[in-house]
Amino acid sequence: MCLAIPGLLKERFETAGLPMGRVDFAGLCKEVCLAYVPEARIGDYVVVHVGFAISCIDAAEAERTLQLLDALGELASAEERGETARKDGDAIH
Amino acid sequence: MRYIDEFRDRSRARALLQEIQRIAVRPWVIMEVCGGQTHSILRYGLDALLPAHLELVHGPGCPVCVTPLELIDRALAIAARPEVIFTSFGDMLRVPGSQGSLLDARGRGADVRMVYSPLDAVRLARENPARQVVFFAVGFETTAPAIAMAVKLAHAERLPNYSVLVSHVLVPPAMAAILESPGNRVNAYLGPGHVAAIMGCGEYEDLLRRFAVPVVITGFEPIDLLEGIWMAVRQLEEGRAEVENQYSRTVGKDGNLPARRALQEVFEVCDRNWRGVGPIPQSGFQLRPEFRALDAGSRFDVQSIVTSEPPQCISGLVLQGQKRPTDCPAFGRECSPEHPLGATMVSSEGACAAYYSYRRSAARAGDAR
Amino acid sequence: MPADHPAFGSCPAPLVDDERIQLGHGSGGRLTQRLLEQLILPAFANPVLDRREDQAVLELPAVPGERLAFTTDSFVVSPLFFPGGDIGKLAVHGTINDLAMAGARPRWLSLAFILEEGLPLAILRRVVASIAEAAQACGVHIVTGDTKVVGNGQADQLFINTSGVGVVPPGLSLGAAAVRPGDAVLISGTLADHGLAVLAAREQLGIDSELHSDTAPLHELVHALLGSGVQLRCLRDPTRGGLAAALSEIAARAQVDFEIDETALPMHAPVRGACELLGLDPLLVANEGKLVAIVAPDDAERALGALRAHPLGRNSALIGHASHGGTGEIIIRTAIGGQRILELPLSDPLPRIC
Repeated sequence: MCLAIPGLLKERFETAGLPMGRVDFAGLCKEVCLAYVPEARIGDYVVVHVGFAISCIDAAEAERTLQLLDALGELASAEERGETARKDGDAIH
Repeated sequence: MRYIDEFRDRSRARALLQEIQRIAVRPWVIMEVCGGQTHSILRYGLDALLPAHLELVHGPGCPVCVTPLELIDRALAIAARPEVIFTSFGDMLRVPGSQGSLLDARGRGADVRMVYSPLDAVRLARENPARQVVFFAVGFETTAPAIAMAVKLAHAERLPNYSVLVSHVLVPPAMAAILESPGNRVNAYLGPGHVAAIMGCGEYEDLLRRFAVPVVITGFEPIDLLEGIWMAVRQLEEGRAEVENQYSRTVGKDGNLPARRALQEVFEVCDRNWRGVGPIPQSGFQLRPEFRALDAGSRFDVQSIVTSEPPQCISGLVLQGQKRPTDCPAFGRECSPEHPLGATMVSSEGACAAYYSYRRSAARAGDAR
Repeated sequence: MPADHPAFGSCPAPLVDDERIQLGHGSGGRLTQRLLEQLILPAFANPVLDRREDQAVLELPAVPGERLAFTTDSFVVSPLFFPGGDIGKLAVHGTINDLAMAGARPRWLSLAFILEEGLPLAILRRVVASIAEAAQACGVHIVTGDTKVVGNGQADQLFINTSGVGVVPPGLSLGAAAVRPGDAVLISGTLADHGLAVLAAREQLGIDSELHSDTAPLHELVHALLGSGVQLRCLRDPTRGGLAAALSEIAARAQVDFEIDETALPMHAPVRGACELLGLDPLLVANEGKLVAIVAPDDAERALGALRAHPLGRNSALIGHASHGGTGEIIIRTAIGGQRILELPLSDPLPRIC
């Protein structure tokens, strides 16, 4: 359930009293209702489901997640090369 | 595509798989709730990449599959009326009721139209004042706010020719029902990421208090799912049971407050019948009295046909993760996407249909590990 | 009654564009004659058609070893006009491409219309002009045809059938049966352009117009590929059912499996965006200006070079290879290193919210 895709908010305007935006998905532009993301600013990425933005991507959190994963990857590669020995239960936070 | 490609990255996937391999000592059963997550797992071939003793079971997260037969028949009866323009998301158009599907009805002359957004149906109503526009409001808490906005708009504009046929279902009650069921095998949940984006994480704390089962709110890209599985396995191996948020770039603790306010304004919680699972109390939305005039179920007085499901169908057990599609004797024989016997095969997002279309031959799965 | 006027035959009133198709236009009587003489036939003037016979009599190929290729296709697309093309262009290109997949030079087309009563003549005129333009650009002649009219509601405005005849050079025998394990799979360009453009237009999905059909005639691209001297096994154009359907057909006939690298599939960014947004699998979406070429593995690079040198093949890519299997499976290697078996859907994929 819940196919929702992040896109770049490029424009804000109003239609029939509703806050609307133009959101860019890799060059495909769609009008999206922004009523549920009042905080969204041009240049933000919003997650869009059935023509509504349901969330604003937290760029810092996204970055944190990716860095954590990349650190995991480095650790795994280092282990493969025999450079470290890790104990069970080591947290990567 | 930004925030998509990074979460489909091969080396990150490899790192997570290695981690999961390293820490997953004991056998566990993990259920992902959302049909979209099921879709992603099968589309990327994730479950074949996991250690054999980790079992992923696919939950009832397909609002299309769980829409009762009786409601589909009601939709068909409404769509058959000459004054009606019946609008729906694409997913529902092929689900057969007792007399074929909505697409079949279109073939017989009904004006059935696919829309991408509930607002498109409101626009159709404005543009066609002589016709009655009905929108089939199917979906979880993720979709309900969009319908709420459409209902509020139509109500404010006093559109006399717009109504909704409501079939919203709520996910946490279904998650609880699964854990309560005697044959339950689920050790941990990958929680519904976009539902949580709306509703927040609090409902899963309630689940935790009742059942002490780990819940990891998870996204939909393969890296999200792998990270969610990693976090769930970690909890299980360490004997913890907590609500964790893997999908933190999209999900906040309190969810989406304006959306939740809109839901409270337009809907109230009610009991709902889940096809294949049965009635689950307080597991659906219906329109509040102030908006009841926009309820298509009341506006169109149609006789609904009560049908029983074929006896061989084990949809209910599949939806609850107690059986795999391949456990069903009818799977791929009497029951197929061409001739679906029940809920989980009728929709292409159902566990049985998804298995059928992304089916892996056992030998190939072995090669991939 | 005025004397017969050379421009209009025995009927004094010329065809006017705000007229609509009536049942009489298909009756074979004067209305039919008017329609043919004033709207349809002038668009396609050529020596064979100009004889105004019930059939076209054609010269057989003279070169020993040349053979005829013959194909037919019907076109029922809705809407009739969409970004990048229309039903008329499709009808010409589609049939030319079926011939081209045998390596044939397309020569002659038949053109049959089924028209809905009430269809504005202006629309028919647009379609006819588009067919004429496409045929002329490809050097093919419309040499015979037919026009029928059905009652209001019995056809969706306009249906077209085109059959085509082409000439296959001596010694050329392409076909799925020639495909062997190890053969390279090439695609001549970006996927899913046509299907997404038509879907967006038909369902009014409000997707701003970055989507265009890729409808194009491929016979010259094929000629370029053949000219490069590669060992070409088989060609297919992945139309309805998408690349998935085309590969499935070949795999079944050749009794091989295909392994396809999902990350190698070329796509225009907005088309990819549309597929993500609507939940559509690009492998299942129709293409109208692309071909799949199966070549001997050592010839993959040379074949790519030949394709990329042509404007219609600029985005060509090597996307996978045939493998031992015998069950006709299409195995997709996914972006994260997993795999799935591709299964054809029952019918056209629809956008989903789930």
